[in-house]
Amino acid sequence: MSLLLPRPEGLYCPEGDFFIDPVRPVPRALITHAHADHARAGHGAVLATRQTLDIMAIRYGEDFAGQRQAAEEPVSLGGVRVSFHPAGHVLGSAQILLERGGTRVVVSGDYTRTPNPACAPFEPVPCDLFITEATFGLPVFRHPDPAGEIGKLLASQAQFPERTHLVGAYALGKAQRLIMLLREAGYQRPIYLHGALERLCAYHAAEGVALGPLEPATVERGRGTFAGEIVLAPPSAFAAKWAQRFAEPLLCFASGWMQVRARARQRMTELPLVISDHCDWPALTRTIAETGAAEVWVTHGAEDALVHWCLGQGLAARPLRLVGYEDEAEET
Amino acid sequence: MRRFAALLDRLAFTPSRNDKLRLIGDYLAEAPDPDRGWALAALTGELSLGRVTPARLREMVGARTDPVLFALSYDFVGDLAETIALIWPETGEEGDIPLGAAVTRLARLSRAEVPEAMAQMLDGLPTASRYALLKLATGGLRVGVSARLARTALAAYGNRPVEEITELWHGLEPPYAELFAWFAGGEKPVNAAEAPFRPVMLSTPIDAEGLAALPPEDYIAEWKWDGIRVQAVAEGLTRRLWSRTGEDISAAFPDLVAAMDFEGALDGELLVRRGEAVGSFADLQQRLNRKTVSRPLMARFPAMLRAYDLLTLRGEDLRPLPQTERRARLSEVLAGLEPTRFDLSTEVPFTSWDELATARDAPHESIVEGVMIKRRDTPYIAGRQRGPWFKWKRDPFLVDAILLYAQRGHGKRSGYYSDYTFGVWRGEEIVPVGKAYFGFTDEELRRIDRFVRDNTTERFGPVRAVRAELVLEIAFEGLNRSKRHKSGIAMRFPRVNRIRWDKPAAEADTLEALEALL
Repeated sequence: MSLLLPRPEGLYCPEGDFFIDPVRPVPRALITHAHADHARAGHGAVLATRQTLDIMAIRYGEDFAGQRQAAEEPVSLGGVRVSFHPAGHVLGSAQILLERGGTRVVVSGDYTRTPNPACAPFEPVPCDLFITEATFGLPVFRHPDPAGEIGKLLASQAQFPERTHLVGAYALGKAQRLIMLLREAGYQRPIYLHGALERLCAYHAAEGVALGPLEPATVERGRGTFAGEIVLAPPSAFAAKWAQRFAEPLLCFASGWMQVRARARQRMTELPLVISDHCDWPALTRTIAETGAAEVWVTHGAEDALVHWCLGQGLAARPLRLVGYEDEAEET
Repeated sequence: MRRFAALLDRLAFTPSRNDKLRLIGDYLAEAPDPDRGWALAALTGELSLGRVTPARLREMVGARTDPVLFALSYDFVGDLAETIALIWPETGEEGDIPLGAAVTRLARLSRAEVPEAMAQMLDGLPTASRYALLKLATGGLRVGVSARLARTALAAYGNRPVEEITELWHGLEPPYAELFAWFAGGEKPVNAAEAPFRPVMLSTPIDAEGLAALPPEDYIAEWKWDGIRVQAVAEGLTRRLWSRTGEDISAAFPDLVAAMDFEGALDGELLVRRGEAVGSFADLQQRLNRKTVSRPLMARFPAMLRAYDLLTLRGEDLRPLPQTERRARLSEVLAGLEPTRFDLSTEVPFTSWDELATARDAPHESIVEGVMIKRRDTPYIAGRQRGPWFKWKRDPFLVDAILLYAQRGHGKRSGYYSDYTFGVWRGEEIVPVGKAYFGFTDEELRRIDRFVRDNTTERFGPVRAVRAELVLEIAFEGLNRSKRHKSGIAMRFPRVNRIRWDKPAAEADTLEALEALL
């Protein structure tokens, strides 16, 4: 019997009787990371890293699940040994390794190989079956050095000092990553935040992730203010009245999708920044090779291209076509 | 190449004209010679490298990538040059090639040599530079910059009036070393172009109130034609037809150029004939924005020039002469030309502004959009000076339309729904008839924005559909038939004249009422 099966709710392990990142409420869920499309409220029991549990509690309230257990040491569930390993994606993110007999299966969750100072780096876990995401699973995706992208933002701020640089970034992960990249580039001034980003930034700071001075982008200053400042907000806020307080907003958007012009145009962005928390194509293919897996299942993203590549490498591969995972979750 | 590639990347996503000027100006200030000259040539469309066909590009990339992966990628990205720039295998060494070196290398190659040389250059470049090189090599940068805009940025950088640059422009060759040397304090380049463009004299708008303060006897009036302003220059062996912004449009109007049997520079309105009469603006449009023209089209809509000024005649610069004297000399020149190709823009006689107002409201031809009022003693002065030339346009048409869709704007308006699609009744339904995005105050914009947010029925990305309740009084200059619009009509220069908060949508205008204006 297979260790894992795709079901409408998500990946299911019959022997352990649990789901991984289920998209609807189930009795027992293992969760790779706290992005909303992977971590939903209403499960009976949740096993995840302590930080993932903390973030779920911040977002959904303390009662987001019947029971919760922090993944520390490996645990045994119905004869299946389960352990969590860093995925490098966002604070608390993990890959999940399942072992039974001599068989090892790794579910990557979302992951990246680009260093992210907010979390422990991805470590390749040797396995027989590797279940990988493929958000950017096309060879056109080669993410540039994020420091260079931040350089574009700072150059634009210097070139257009009368405008507010309003940067669209998701609340969990991308926002903190941008702040850290700005700090690494020597940017010392306060960075202004939309209210939706405040709690998770505060949680990062409490977890020891240094973010420097952050201030709320409140309306008290009046209309047409914040000229020359950098303000972070969830992208959905651009269309809200909230955006009307700023001096000539210059809309920036930080995402791996910004590599493709048509995607950047759809967002009406004036300054696309290619900064991603996912693997690009070279990192996906390198990781598959490093796990040593003989079989690869490809989930959410450009599944066909990555499956084609795996077959070309002599690996067994199949697309999972799980429903409910977004390209890059629109965090709320 | 890197700096140029970064400029293209910014320009492609920058909608504001002023911001584009700043981006280009800063680039010109930073980039070295001769690269900035080549960049300017690329932006003004003077660089015609277009030497690599899409088929060749596909061959190039096909030799280096997996065809399935390429097909999936192209399908996702949607643009061939962009897909190739992104998917091109990287050697791990990110180098740079100066823009000038890349351009001169491409220009020297034979067609057969181009793909190999391109591939070599692509191997040494990072993604953005690969994209820039591919766009240069295939022709067409598509960053929303006109030649005029690039020259305006250049003029600002050099701290010279744009008219002065425009006048010199067509005598200069990329990479414009002498131009940059002049800006740095050297000699002004000599205008080497044959039959050069002369910067045009422009008018400013005026109304009855403004005119009341002026003595009518100091002015002449002419009809204001609804065509496009051109300059027809025949000097020595060269004949050129220039647009008002200094673009050479001769190739699209060989019929008119062939009839330019004079030695001088005429200023006037380009129109087309339709049978015996002068064609409408829609007829003229059939012949605009073309690189070449077919014989049947020339036969159907022959081009003509309705002249109103004479800038040079047989080597003599007439621009310092008074308006009336230039006009007299112009009449003499026109007497010797083919009358179906060249005629005189007739004077509108008047003794008082009231009399002129009456004439303005009842023109004898429909291709009139108002009157031009010119001071009798004015020399021909380049640029838009207030005083010597006025335009007094006819009152616009007005229609009460219903707001249907609103889209967010850019820059100052990026937080506001500021671009409006409106419609009129056709029976029980409302059909869109146009779009407008100005004509209202900031206060009115805030109020419409509130209306849009409170009455949204559907969202499509940055666009919202709204309940059909708000009536906008739209002013416009004219109507054309259009096959591209569902309503079958297209408005010229529509803008919001008033917001009719008081008017129920049921009382908005109908499509039949609009069609009656055609």
